[in-house]
Amino acid sequence: MSFLTGELIAFFIFALLIIGGAIFMLSFTKVVHMVVALAFTFLSLGGLYVMLQAEFVAFVQILIYAGAVSILMIFGIMMTRHERSDEPQPWTIQETLTAVGAVALFAILFFAIQDADILPRHVLDPGEDNTRAIGEHIFTLRVLPFELVSLLLTVAFIGAIVLAKREEEGQ
Amino acid sequence: MTIDLASSYLTLAAILFCIGLFGALTKRNAVIVLLSIELMLNAVNLNLVALSKYGMFPSLIGQVFSLFTITVAAAEAAVGVAILIAIFRNRGKSEVHEMNELKH
Repeated sequence: MSFLTGELIAFFIFALLIIGGAIFMLSFTKVVHMVVALAFTFLSLGGLYVMLQAEFVAFVQILIYAGAVSILMIFGIMMTRHERSDEPQPWTIQETLTAVGAVALFAILFFAIQDADILPRHVLDPGEDNTRAIGEHIFTLRVLPFELVSLLLTVAFIGAIVLAKREEEGQ
Repeated sequence: MTIDLASSYLTLAAILFCIGLFGALTKRNAVIVLLSIELMLNAVNLNLVALSKYGMFPSLIGQVFSLFTITVAAAEAAVGVAILIAIFRNRGKSEVHEMNELKH
């Protein structure tokens, strides 16, 4: 099984943008710059989803992550102390150990992925219209999880408002 | 030149997950820690969507599941930022290594 050349090039461009954004997030010193770098990562992930024939998930990704979550995090930074930037300091023992652990985890995952042979039994049928196919799937087979997740979202947002609301004076 | 499609996507997701793990464990600003956790969740989403096309049994279920994951991640981000704002208002702290009230 092999890439078509165009797909290969597109995959590498998106992968470069994704990993580049994540690496820049680790290396920038100003907090707002880190959020913008991660916004690029989220946008490029949307591009990869389009390549994977998941158009609806791609646009949800761009709306929710590149739009809502990034803006929410920037608001969070603005409303807390942000002028102090992470100065590049020599690595502590904890950071070194964490880096070693992350690299070891990646090595384990990499060899496991190389070892597995995943052969599709058939080709994905994304439907005539991906959004319609997903909607029909959710509203016929997954109605209860959908309702539960909407309940969870409502409760979470009400909880967030209650937590972040300024308390009344004198209470 | 033949490259296995599925393992390329899975390797990319593994790289993203490890970067997110490193960021979540070492960054000082609490908002960046939350964003690193979002990055790890995104790696999981990429796995789900990639395997819904290149897995053993390709179907739309992976995409539907990733939609649910995105919803829960959005709720988590909202509650996390609200907690950070509340901590900052009451204690004046915005960095994770300062938040150690439970230790004393």
